[in-house]
Amino acid sequence: MSDQPHEISRSSQAARVAAVLGALIIIILVAAPWWAGRADMRLMGELFLYLALASLWNLMAGYAGLVSVGQQAYVGFGGYMLFALTIFGGLHPVFAIAGAGVLGALIAIPVATLIFRLRGAYFAIGTWVIAEVFRLSFAQLSALGGGSGSSLPVGIVRSLASSRSGRESLSYWMALGAAVTAITVVYLMLRSRRGLALTAIRDNELAAGSLGIDIWRTKFVVYVVASGLTAMLGALIFLQKLRISPDAAFSVNDWTAFVIFIVVIGGIGTIEGPIIGTLIFFALRETLADLGTTYLIVLGVVAIVVMLKAPKGVWGFIVERYDIQLLPLRYRVNVKEHAKR
Amino acid sequence: MPEPILSLRKLEARYGDFQALYGVEMALNEGEVLAIIGANGAGKTTLLRSVSGLMSNAAAQVVYHGQPIGALRADEVAALGIALVPEGRQLFPSLSVEENLLIGGRLNRKGPWSLDAVFELFPVLKERRAFASTALSGGQQQRVAIGRALMSNPDLILFDEISLGLAPVIIKSIYEALPGIVGDGMSAIIVEQDVSKALSVSDRVYCLMEGRVSLEGRSRDISREAISRAYFGVE
Repeated sequence: MSDQPHEISRSSQAARVAAVLGALIIIILVAAPWWAGRADMRLMGELFLYLALASLWNLMAGYAGLVSVGQQAYVGFGGYMLFALTIFGGLHPVFAIAGAGVLGALIAIPVATLIFRLRGAYFAIGTWVIAEVFRLSFAQLSALGGGSGSSLPVGIVRSLASSRSGRESLSYWMALGAAVTAITVVYLMLRSRRGLALTAIRDNELAAGSLGIDIWRTKFVVYVVASGLTAMLGALIFLQKLRISPDAAFSVNDWTAFVIFIVVIGGIGTIEGPIIGTLIFFALRETLADLGTTYLIVLGVVAIVVMLKAPKGVWGFIVERYDIQLLPLRYRVNVKEHAKR
Repeated sequence: MPEPILSLRKLEARYGDFQALYGVEMALNEGEVLAIIGANGAGKTTLLRSVSGLMSNAAAQVVYHGQPIGALRADEVAALGIALVPEGRQLFPSLSVEENLLIGGRLNRKGPWSLDAVFELFPVLKERRAFASTALSGGQQQRVAIGRALMSNPDLILFDEISLGLAPVIIKSIYEALPGIVGDGMSAIIVEQDVSKALSVSDRVYCLMEGRVSLEGRSRDISREAISRAYFGVE
């Protein structure tokens, strides 16, 4: 192959088209308050938050091998921190969201120190146990409503924007910003020096260790960053909901099972996978929601079929078949067919 | 007599109930190339795994520059200047050739080895620097694995079965490159099933049989009969 004229680059035609299309889509989405209805904006806002949650879970599970089924701990923690920082700390909600992220990252440090002693399935179970500890602990806090929860005072809600449409637009933009930020953080992290180490760990943990990569520290950084950002997302989610309770905040179904579904059917270990997965999940949810519990059975069947027929998810299947990268991390060798002739 | 840079002191290693090494004693001097030979299952790879930190042992059973390192993790051992070229290459399939090499240079240890130096040693890797490591032939992949270990500028390099699964002509060319690698005071341990290749590049040889040292001597002095006895345990 080396005798054939070829060029080496990270970019490709598909990546360039995707970049232009991506920029256009973001511009159109930013302008949504001027063209979309209230229900559509609410739905898109929710979609963006799930996309952000899925991208972060994918960073942990797909790249660092940290299969956590307890990320609801940070969603709930972030939500409660929003309430605590605004009600008791007097912070503006936007600053409280940032504060929730910082506190989420801080609480992730002792949690990681504890659960990183566990491996594989035990790690997964450990994360779930931690999330339950969080849920039970917050249920004890009477100042935040105890087991029945509490609502965000009207004054705090109004401090976001005076009009309802203004608040809805701001919530929508923050959700869109969260999704773009989460994907950008994951993309930049994977293209960095640490990302190289992370990819090496995912490919071959033993070889990575014997080349001097501190596996524990690399995974630790990923866990703390992902958990801090997940806590920020939790704050955003409950700023939209305006009400929080331990069962809603620490729901394994809402904040982890659906997120895992999105990543697995989209394509674990790829940046594009969670994007595709989120679109599929919301398409299924919006078309099948009227079926009640049957909807959950259909989700399960879809997950099983994808895992059996395309274990690398829909995006993994597309990459294998068409060799496309929309958000290129790897270099490619493009053989120039015309020059060859 | 100078202190050896690496000493194994009554090294024991286990996989659960199975004991792979029984009180192995070994010493490696600075700049020396040591060959470890032995049949399948003799404990050669286990010995390298113990030195490189991939297997945890009692700290005092592996001593490097006077420091007990038997209980250190692999990344801590690598930071001390011990690099492993693992059996089966163990490249990172998602990364390009150049990225595989750069991973090896993450430790930023000072020394003669850099990306350019590795490309000078193995020009084919420069030509294919942007290729996925999986797109290379077995011999080229082995060169990447060696280059990746050299990029950390180690004081001691461990080669585990570098000829495994390669064509004789490729093995020959890799072994021809070895003197250029292990010169300049770098020490090496070569685990190899190909006895003549191992003897041709080493100063001393240890033979392992069923987890114990069955023979030790200078590579050029040792007789074929002695090796046969130590290797197979038969007269």
